[in-house]
Amino acid sequence: MRNGATVRYALPSRLLHWIMAVMVVVQLLIAAVMMASLAYYPLLLALHKPLGIVILIFIVIRIVNVLLHRPPPAMYTMGLWERRVAKGSEFLLYGLLLIQPLIGWAMLSAAGDPLSVGPMHLPPIAPEQTSLFGALRVVHSVLAYLLFASFTAHLCAVLFHTLVLRDGLLSRMALWTKGWAADHVETVADEAAEHQADVNSEADSNAHPVKDGRWLGD
Amino acid sequence: MNEDTPPAPPPSREPVSRRRALIGLSAVGGIGAATIGGFGFARGALTPEKLTPARFADRFEHVFGRHEGFRRNHAKGLSATGYFTSNGAGTVVSTASVFRSGTYPVTGRFSLSGGLPCAPDNASVVRGLGLQIDLPHGEQWRTAMVNIPVFLDSTPQNFIDRLVASQADPETGKPDQKKVKAYLEDHPETVAAMKIVHQHPPTSGFENSTYRGLNAFGFTNEDGQTVPVRWMLVPEEPEGSEKPPQEQSSEDYLFENLVRASSAPLQWHLILTLGQPEDPTNDATKPWPDDRRTIDVGTVTINSVRAEAPGNARDINFDPLVLPDGITPLDDPLLAARSSVYAQSFARRSRETHHPSKIDAEAVRRA
Repeated sequence: MRNGATVRYALPSRLLHWIMAVMVVVQLLIAAVMMASLAYYPLLLALHKPLGIVILIFIVIRIVNVLLHRPPPAMYTMGLWERRVAKGSEFLLYGLLLIQPLIGWAMLSAAGDPLSVGPMHLPPIAPEQTSLFGALRVVHSVLAYLLFASFTAHLCAVLFHTLVLRDGLLSRMALWTKGWAADHVETVADEAAEHQADVNSEADSNAHPVKDGRWLGD
Repeated sequence: MNEDTPPAPPPSREPVSRRRALIGLSAVGGIGAATIGGFGFARGALTPEKLTPARFADRFEHVFGRHEGFRRNHAKGLSATGYFTSNGAGTVVSTASVFRSGTYPVTGRFSLSGGLPCAPDNASVVRGLGLQIDLPHGEQWRTAMVNIPVFLDSTPQNFIDRLVASQADPETGKPDQKKVKAYLEDHPETVAAMKIVHQHPPTSGFENSTYRGLNAFGFTNEDGQTVPVRWMLVPEEPEGSEKPPQEQSSEDYLFENLVRASSAPLQWHLILTLGQPEDPTNDATKPWPDDRRTIDVGTVTINSVRAEAPGNARDINFDPLVLPDGITPLDDPLLAARSSVYAQSFARRSRETHHPSKIDAEAVRRA
């Protein structure tokens, strides 16, 4: 029997996830209000730039972290395609969170705008060229909407698992619970296996989770 | 989520009933909709009457038409280069690096107000001078100044309302006097500002105009003391020695005269005016009393005036909030609006095809 810890993400992964979740949601909100406000644009832009750099630093740490800490196995409630979509959206989010701050930085470079975080002046990373700024500015907007869409899809998918399937998906990333107690796992194992059998029978009747000794047919 | 690792045992799981599933689905849908709606609200999508930077720029396009690659306001202009020689006197009021003795490169832009890049020059149209001073350690000071002693509007909403009210009628080619009159009746501050503007008639050209920053900024010195400051560029050439006007010579006479005048370096003194605590910092329509202390902090020299081209002033957004450390905005609502709308104008024109500006500075020089 596994203990609860092995089915959760490692503590550094969970901490990074939630710190970044807060930063990214705040950043998206800042961006949205900023673009619609005559009065608060400068103030919000002054927050948006350094927060973008902080997100860039965190995503680099997070990419290193994900290479060091393997994620826990997939959920028994997720079929092959759902796992593929989940994996793909994870890559998409990581990619967007890496590229989006870099494009923002490059935009400022292309416009010839100074960029400083606190007392530190950051060097340009792209040539000063207006047409390049114009292109990057469009890409920054498109990726912002894509990031918002990915975030919303991610949120709804996790909520669907947590509130509709009630499979405890969220607790794998939770900071506030101890994960699943081992005894609890046993009490629900039969019911879960039954459910999984139903799920798998549609896609692949040979991949009975119990018969194979595996919860997910590969 | 990793397909290679062995699968997990089932987690704690409560039975799924139809009722709970429906409640769960509603919650998921509700939270998803709230997220999208909240974002849309933040983005201004649900409040079409709210004046956003994009809608501000839209109104300029509505009034003047859309002219690809040009600024939405102050569309007609010329690029200039030169330098700022700081005499060190400004360090008394601000720690900003620009006030330390030295010489700093300047890129500038002379312009006429309005969104038409080919409008004929007219002495009564507001003249602008934008400057970018490049400072050590990647700092910049950008400022966009005009040749009137006070601004005509106290808020961004008033500014755009006045612009729309005084839009030229497509049939007569002139503003509808009824609309203009109605606007002025509701805005005594604009009437008062116009009176001051009329008391300071424009000079013969760009080269001998006084340009003012109009908005007040906070200048902080080494002791941490902050004073409100307005600045202006006062021409070296006394206004009395101007040449006779050559208005009829060309549609672009103001710019052409500037090009000719720039065969010798043009110089302006940068003068800081220090405000007293009772002087308004949030209303650019109100002048400060004439007896306020001023400091001459150095000289701006323009030694080259050229047509707008890639890499020169054409590509600079003269955002009044790009400031060196030691200068900060105060409570003037125009500044934030200018910064946001200029950014919108810059974003739009930077993705459009650029067309050459009307004034061919080289041809004027050769003639």
